[in-house]
Amino acid sequence: MIRIERRLEQPKWLSVAVPIGSLAVAFAIMAVILTVTGRDPGHIFRQMFEAGFTGNGAFSATLISATPILFTGLAAAAAFRMLLFNIGAEGQLYLGAVGASWIALQLGERGAGSTPVYVIAMCIAAGVLGALWALIPAVLRAFANTNEIITSLMLNYVAGLLITYLIFDSASYWRDVSTLQAQSFPQGKPMPAAAEWPTFGSSVVVPLGLLIGIGVAAALWVLYSRTRFGFEVSVIADSPRAARYAGMRTRRKILAVMAISGGIAGLGGASQVGDFTYTLDPTGLQGAAFGYTGIVVAALARYNPFAVCLVAVLLGGLQNAGFTLQGPDFPSGLVGVMQGIILFCALGGELLIRYRVTVSRRAKRDADSGPAAEAAR
Amino acid sequence: MSVNDGLVVVVLAQAVLYGTPLLYAALGELLAERSGVLNLGVEGMMLFGAAVGYWATQRVHGADAAVLVVAVMAAAASGAAMAAIHAFLTITLRASQIVSGLALTIFAGGLGLSAYFGAELDLATLPATQQFASLDVLGLADLPVVGPILFDQSALVYASWVLTLLVALYLGRTRWGLNVRAVGEAPASADAMGINVTGYRYVHVLVGGALAGIGGACYSLSIIPNWFAGDSLVNGAGWIAIALVIFAFWRPGLCLVGAYLFGGLSALPAALQAHDVTITPELLYSLPYVMTIVVLVVVSTGLAKRRLGAPAALGIPYVREER
Repeated sequence: MIRIERRLEQPKWLSVAVPIGSLAVAFAIMAVILTVTGRDPGHIFRQMFEAGFTGNGAFSATLISATPILFTGLAAAAAFRMLLFNIGAEGQLYLGAVGASWIALQLGERGAGSTPVYVIAMCIAAGVLGALWALIPAVLRAFANTNEIITSLMLNYVAGLLITYLIFDSASYWRDVSTLQAQSFPQGKPMPAAAEWPTFGSSVVVPLGLLIGIGVAAALWVLYSRTRFGFEVSVIADSPRAARYAGMRTRRKILAVMAISGGIAGLGGASQVGDFTYTLDPTGLQGAAFGYTGIVVAALARYNPFAVCLVAVLLGGLQNAGFTLQGPDFPSGLVGVMQGIILFCALGGELLIRYRVTVSRRAKRDADSGPAAEAAR
Repeated sequence: MSVNDGLVVVVLAQAVLYGTPLLYAALGELLAERSGVLNLGVEGMMLFGAAVGYWATQRVHGADAAVLVVAVMAAAASGAAMAAIHAFLTITLRASQIVSGLALTIFAGGLGLSAYFGAELDLATLPATQQFASLDVLGLADLPVVGPILFDQSALVYASWVLTLLVALYLGRTRWGLNVRAVGEAPASADAMGINVTGYRYVHVLVGGALAGIGGACYSLSIIPNWFAGDSLVNGAGWIAIALVIFAFWRPGLCLVGAYLFGGLSALPAALQAHDVTITPELLYSLPYVMTIVVLVVVSTGLAKRRLGAPAALGIPYVREER
C-alpha cells in the first residue's frame, strides 16, 4: 500500500535533490518522446549541450538568452510568492522596452553623452512603465476583487498590439521615418551609440543586464527574507485571514508586490533595448515569449531569487540551443515541449518535498487488527 | 443589397461562428471547475486539438462527413490526453492547479507541442482538404435576419447548442450532475456520502479537455481552415473561455450568451474592414481582451462578491487524510 503523509519538516537536502531528480526524469521522458518520433536522443542532447554551453562562444550566447528570462523569472517569483499570479510579465516587459527606448531617444536628442546616465534613465523609465502596467491588474484585484491571472494575461495581448501600433501602424515617436526605406519597411528609431549598454569579459561576454538582474535577485532576497515587508508577504500568502487579524494591510501589499513584479519585468525590457536590440522591435519581442518562459523559470526555482539566476542560465542554454539548432533535425517547438516536461516533472516532484511517500506492507497487518478483524473475532 | 448582407446581420452571424469555439471550451472548463479543478491549460489544449484535428483531415480518407467526424473525435481525444496530464498532477500528485495549468499551456501551446507536431508533420504546407460547410437543415437560411444568423451555420454550431442543453440538464437534473456539484462544493461531504471524488474529478477534467480540443478544431476545421506556426490560430481564445466561465457564474446557458458576445467582438475587425470602415486595426483587435477585463471587473465587483456560482472547493486539492 502506498501512503502519502504530510512532512512536518522539509529536509534541506530534499529541496536540492528533488529538482535535480525531476530534471533527470524530464530528460528521460524527453528521450522516450524523441525515440518514438524517430530521432536519436543521445545525439540531440549532445548537440544541445554543445550549442548551449561548451561550444565556441556558446556560453556567451546562452547568457544573452538568459538575461531577459532572468528578469521575467524574478518578476514571476516576486509575485507568485504572495500567491499573486501575475502572468503579465510579457506585457510589462514590452512596456519597459517602450519606456527605455523613449528616454534613450529623448536624451539622444538633447545630446546627453555618457553611458551611465543612459543606463540609469532607461532603467528608471522602464521600471516605472512596467510597474504602472502591472498596477492595472493589481488595482483591479485589490479593490474590485478581480482575478489577476486573467486580467494580467489579457493585458499581454493589449501591450503586444500597442507596440505593434507604435511601430507599424502609426507615425509615433518611436518609429523611424527618416529614410524612404524605413517608411516602407517600418522599424523603430535607432538609439544613440552612447545608449548601448556595455559588456564585460572577453572569452565569456557578460551583458550588463545580466549583472543588473543578479543585483535585483539579491535585493529581492533581502526584501523577502530579511525585512518586515517580506515577512508580511509570506504571512499573507500562507494565511490571508491570519494576516487580516494581525492588522496587515493586504491591499497595499498587493499593489506593492505587483508594482515590484512589473517593475522587474520592465527592467527586462530596458535590458532588451539597451543590451541587444538598440531600438523598439515589436516583432522580436513578441516572438520570444520571455514572459511565459519566466513563469517556468520561477516555478522551477521554487520562487527562490538565487535559484532563479541558476535556472535562467540553464533554460537560457536550452533556448539558445534551440535557436542555434533549429532546422530539419531540430524542429521548432522542441524547446517548449522540453520546458513543459521539465516543469511537469518539477511539479510532480514537489509532492516528494511536501509529503512523505511510504510503500509498506503494513496495510495487511492494519486490516488484521482493524475494527473489522476485531468484530470477526 | 438585401438586409442579410448588412453589417449588423453579418457581424451577428459571425458572432455565432466565432463564438462557437469559445462556447465549447467554456463548457468544458465549466465542467472541470464544477468538479473543483481549475484548468488554466485551455489555450494549450485548444491549439493542440486544432493541430490534431487538421492533421486528421489530411490522413483519413473516406466520405467527407465521416472524415470530419473522425477529425473532431481526434481533436477531442488529444485535448483529453493533455487534460490527463493536468488531472494526474493536480488530483493524484496534489500539485498547484494554477502552476500546472500554466505549464500545460506552455507545454501544449504555440511554442511547444503544437508547434512541434505542426513542424514534424508539415501541417503548414498542407492545404486544407476538408472543412465544415454551412448546413441549411431546416431550409430557413434565406429568412431575413435570423436566417444567416441561426440557420446558415455549420454542424459544429448546431452541435454546440445541443451540448449546452445537455450540460445544463446534466448538472441540474441528473444524479451524476448533483454529485459533481457536491464534489466541487464540499468534497469531504461528498466523500462521506460515498461519492468517488477522485474519479469524478478525473472524468470532468478529461471531458473538459476533450471539449477544449473540439473548440480548437472549430478554428482549424471551420473558421480558418489552415495551420499556422505559432499561436495565432487560437490567439487567446482559451483565456477568454476561462474568463467566460466566471462571467457566466458557472451556468451553461450564460456561457452561450457570453461566447456570442465575445465572438462578435472577435468578428468585428474583419467585418468592418469588408465594409470599408477604417478604424485603427490594433484598437479593434484589442477589443475582446479589453472587454474581457471590463466584464470581469463588473462581474466581480457586483454579484461575485457573494461568490455567486463559484464552486467552494475550486482550486483546492482534496486530500482525504487532511480534511
